[in-house]
Amino acid sequence: MIPEAFPGSLPYKRSCTIALAGNPNVGKSTVFNALTGLHQHTGNWAGKTVENAEGQLRIGDCTITLADLPGVYSLTPRSAEERAAREYLLSGRADAVIVVCDATALSRGIHLVLQILELTNRCVVCCNLMDEAEYRGIHVDCPALAAVLGVPVIPADARRGRGLPALIEAALTAAFADSAPPITPFWESTPTGRVKCARELCRNCVRQEDRGEAWRRRLDRLLTGRLTAFPMMALGLALIFWITIRAANVPSSYLNALFNRIEPHLLTFLQAIRIPSPVTQALVYGVWRVTAWVVSVMLPPMAVFFPLFTLAEDAGLLPRIAFNLDRAFSCCRACGKQALTTCMGFGCNAVGVTGCRIIDSPRERLIALLTNSFVPCNGRFPTLIALISLFFAGTGLFSSVQSAVILFALILLSLFMTLAISRLLSATLLRGLPSSFTLELPPYRRPQVLRVLLRSLLDRTVFVLGRAISAAAPAGLTLWLLGNIPAGDTTLLTRIAGFLDPVGHFLGMDGVIMLAFILSLPANEIMLPIALMGYLSQSTISELGSLDVLGQLLRANGWTSLTALCTMFFSLFHWPCATTLLTIRKETGSWRYTALAALLPTAVGVILCTLTASVGRMLGLG
Amino acid sequence: MSTIPLSALKPGQSASLVGCEFMPKAMHLRLQELGFIPGTRVTCLYESPLGDPCAYRVPDGVFALRARDACRILVQCP
Repeated sequence: MIPEAFPGSLPYKRSCTIALAGNPNVGKSTVFNALTGLHQHTGNWAGKTVENAEGQLRIGDCTITLADLPGVYSLTPRSAEERAAREYLLSGRADAVIVVCDATALSRGIHLVLQILELTNRCVVCCNLMDEAEYRGIHVDCPALAAVLGVPVIPADARRGRGLPALIEAALTAAFADSAPPITPFWESTPTGRVKCARELCRNCVRQEDRGEAWRRRLDRLLTGRLTAFPMMALGLALIFWITIRAANVPSSYLNALFNRIEPHLLTFLQAIRIPSPVTQALVYGVWRVTAWVVSVMLPPMAVFFPLFTLAEDAGLLPRIAFNLDRAFSCCRACGKQALTTCMGFGCNAVGVTGCRIIDSPRERLIALLTNSFVPCNGRFPTLIALISLFFAGTGLFSSVQSAVILFALILLSLFMTLAISRLLSATLLRGLPSSFTLELPPYRRPQVLRVLLRSLLDRTVFVLGRAISAAAPAGLTLWLLGNIPAGDTTLLTRIAGFLDPVGHFLGMDGVIMLAFILSLPANEIMLPIALMGYLSQSTISELGSLDVLGQLLRANGWTSLTALCTMFFSLFHWPCATTLLTIRKETGSWRYTALAALLPTAVGVILCTLTASVGRMLGLG
Repeated sequence: MSTIPLSALKPGQSASLVGCEFMPKAMHLRLQELGFIPGTRVTCLYESPLGDPCAYRVPDGVFALRARDACRILVQCP
């Protein structure tokens, strides 16, 4: 992508390292992705990049290593991110620095540029989001700015790849230039001095007509207005759920039918190449079946939800959600940014846990870390949707609307629990007062809808398929083995399920479901397929079916609405998946907190399910 | 032309920033770097539906501040 636009081969050395610095939210990761061809997750709010990511690109003979530093407002070492960025720049590992700025908020970007210029003059300014600036009537005079700063200022539009060849060329020139004395600052090296200088520069070099304000202001009024904010957020969330449910149905049934057709052929094929019967059985009925179920039932909702979520992120909606919910969180002595990490948790709990780095106060960060698993991740949504469709929504015209509403109610429960447990933690283990807090409300950007949807759809599909193979396949095999290894006069599976039955029953479920929850530790989305497999190996029904058939199978094994309800509650509130636990361990450095992170949601789940089961049985519901 | 805390500004009102008092050092530094320096024109844009925080505009961007922090920032109405 880049090399063709590049003029010939250059007389540069073999390799160099270039650091990408900039404020949060300026499209730094987009620049990084465009240059390296990697697909880091980008998003229009502070804190998206929390680790130093590295990627490479080749220009002719030169291999350039690009280091994407976390977005920071300044280099004064206050938060972990600022320290990391500052250390990297001081370490000398980078031969040059590209500072990415948002053309629509240039004065803040220049503030960082000035700080970096105090450290090194091997610096190039990338004036990104020029398309947004043009659209809003903001004109940046890049040559004039470059003349004053003494370093190149390159206009760019990273989302469309414009300006990037010139950027790389300028960066390489800076990296391989003969050393020159650092620029003597013509500004006062204090925060106030830099801000004043940055504003002065922008006054001279930026002309502002600022069109396009009206719809942004209206949207802000709508999303944060006293009467409209919460209904809008509720509506938005419910809409995302409804679209997920509706859109996932078609590919689901198609994939189901497809796998059904393949299964007998697979069996015959394996037999034909003389694979011994037990192995073919294990491969087809164990590995293939569970993997097929994950792909046909679990993948479509995940593949639809994630892009929708990414779209909301891209447009800049998430900071507004944090803005609206901050008071609730601050009443629980937590940080308003926890709303952001909770939103991230909807996508993936492990990502949400890593994202907690945007919270400066260690106490509040821990609270956010420990409660992140209370919201269902992408992998748990299909389980909830499937059970709602089977036991609560019924069929008929408005079944998808009903499903969306019930799902929405469950999510409200999760959010309530997140706040309640945060409050509990602040009052007991993690006592303290709320810390100081600033949240940037970046201007809404027009998201590139198609590009985001397609990219996210593909990425997510590949990722889930990969996990289906790495987690579902072994789990399916394990389950098949358990179901066929004799133990006394029954199978090992029946033994274990029987052993777990009392516990399961107490919680309103049964032994097979408990076993499924335990075995789905690697990935939450395999829970339901494993439970179904468990039932299948104990019964004579031997057909991979559509959702209705699965419903029949469950009911034939004693499921009632109460069972489904308790299973859904436990799915919401049980131990985090293995990846999340490992991530918590990495982030906290403590096994004790990891154990607490596993214990908290499980305890809530156990209490809730016990209550539900008892009340339900008293009312005669099951 | 008296000095009032920033939290006293209603949505739509603007004022000129004078300084901070009783502000923890780290927060003061962060605010300065975000553009809340003396002489800056600050506008209160809107408040959160639950009452807190409020969104304030400075030349360099829009930031949300809680009342307990905004009350320590002093401004002067024109």
